[in-house]
Amino acid sequence: MILNVKGLEKSFDDKAVLKGIDLEVYRGQIVALIGSSGSGKSTLLRTINLLEEISDGQIFLNDEDISDPRINQDQIRRQIGLVFQAYNLFAHLSIEENITLALRHVKGMKAAEAKTKALALLDRIGLADKSDSYPDKLSGGQQQRTAIMRAVALEPTLLLLDEVTSALDPELVGEVLELIRDLKAGGTSILMATHELSFARDVADWVVFLDGGVIIEEGPAKEFFSNPQNPRTVEFLQRLRRRAGDQ
Amino acid sequence: MPNTKSPSLEPSQIELDRRAFRHSRKRRSTLVAFISTCAFAIIGYLSLTSAPGWDRVKQSFFNFDTASSALPHILDGLLLNLRVLLYSAIGVLFFGLALALLRTLRSPIFTPIRLLVRGYVDLFRGLPLIIVLYLVGFGIPGLRLEFLGRVPAEVLGTVALILTYSAYVAEVFRAGIEAVHPSQRLAARSLGLTYAQTMRLVVLPQALRKVAPPLMNDFVSLQKDVGLISVLGAVDAVRGAQIEVAHFANFTPYVVAGLLFVLLAIPTVRLADYVTNRLAKREQAGALL
Repeated sequence: MILNVKGLEKSFDDKAVLKGIDLEVYRGQIVALIGSSGSGKSTLLRTINLLEEISDGQIFLNDEDISDPRINQDQIRRQIGLVFQAYNLFAHLSIEENITLALRHVKGMKAAEAKTKALALLDRIGLADKSDSYPDKLSGGQQQRTAIMRAVALEPTLLLLDEVTSALDPELVGEVLELIRDLKAGGTSILMATHELSFARDVADWVVFLDGGVIIEEGPAKEFFSNPQNPRTVEFLQRLRRRAGDQ
Repeated sequence: MPNTKSPSLEPSQIELDRRAFRHSRKRRSTLVAFISTCAFAIIGYLSLTSAPGWDRVKQSFFNFDTASSALPHILDGLLLNLRVLLYSAIGVLFFGLALALLRTLRSPIFTPIRLLVRGYVDLFRGLPLIIVLYLVGFGIPGLRLEFLGRVPAEVLGTVALILTYSAYVAEVFRAGIEAVHPSQRLAARSLGLTYAQTMRLVVLPQALRKVAPPLMNDFVSLQKDVGLISVLGAVDAVRGAQIEVAHFANFTPYVVAGLLFVLLAIPTVRLADYVTNRLAKREQAGALL
């Protein structure tokens, strides 16, 4: 088991956003988090990456309690990649430098070595010839694929994806999903918040439905989508499918 | 090959009309600008020269012989101003940036430091520079610290300039740091970069670009304020001019020194405008207004 979340709670001031989450991610698995906006998906991902302080519960990464404040948080974040909905590429750096920055300053790689690795990763997503371009010169899909590669470059134990296709034009969604499929084939363990139901059904191993800060229902992807048990799950899936024209 | 018309080679009649109209409008505004400038200059010249005391003013402020004999001495002083400017600018950049960085520290351990920095910035933004010059220039030697020896007036002046300008520049840097979107910081931290690395590698490079124009404006102000060190007795361009004024019993050397400061400022002002425009263009590419 890569990730084990136990009884996780998170409140902002007096507002409880996560109310006791139990979640497991096994090696090489993709776990999909679904739920309407405001259900706590992003907050959950951020607490796992230690970008938010939790209010109660525990988070274990490879059996190590990373919610213990005595651990080195920077050390843990190196092991967990996070990709954002709005890409968040560094605006003052070329896409190659976006990837080499952490390789050099976090992993301590030599400049030449980092460059070789960055170019190989950009080649994988067909952007090697654009390595000197700045993020604002690229399409949303190209930026998001670069952002994923920036996280993947550090060879994280766990990759967190926070609605990585939500800000993209519909015709650019496919190329990003294709890359995620690739990563799974390569054995990367992924926890992703997503609205892409058909993608979750095809690629995810496990699906978790979050609503109002609690897990309403979870199960293996095929079963979850073909035979949802909870009426709230049924209602959510119908609403999303109607809107997306899915199925 | 399909018979397609290239729009750039063969504009339509409507476009030609529009161009002709724009062209005539432009010529008319140039003409109006030219005429009004000439009229303004003539009125200004006439009202100045017709003033009853004009001949005496011309004699005591715009005397060519006095100007040319005072110039070498004033230029010598200007070299001192330039040296003070160089050291002040470097000192202000470092000290101002340090103050700004201290103010962004969030941890409660640093609360006293943050408060101290805030007090410092409030104090020196409010204090007139000339008072800081007096306090530093006469106060520090007054302490009779043996190990300092005799500190030259220009060094004390430089210290006073750094103290004052660092307060302004710290605020400029702080605004720049806060203008970098928090998501950039989040992305850096999520990659495992430490707080210090995030500041140095991600936030500051973006902040510096944003604050280049206001920073250059502060540099222009500093450029003329270096003339104030003369109140401490440093023989700079202003003090040099003062000596010549006493010597010739004529005010022309002040005008000469003033012109030299303006000449010094013009390149920096132009550069500041250029940098500002370039940044503005990048941020609203292509828009007309």
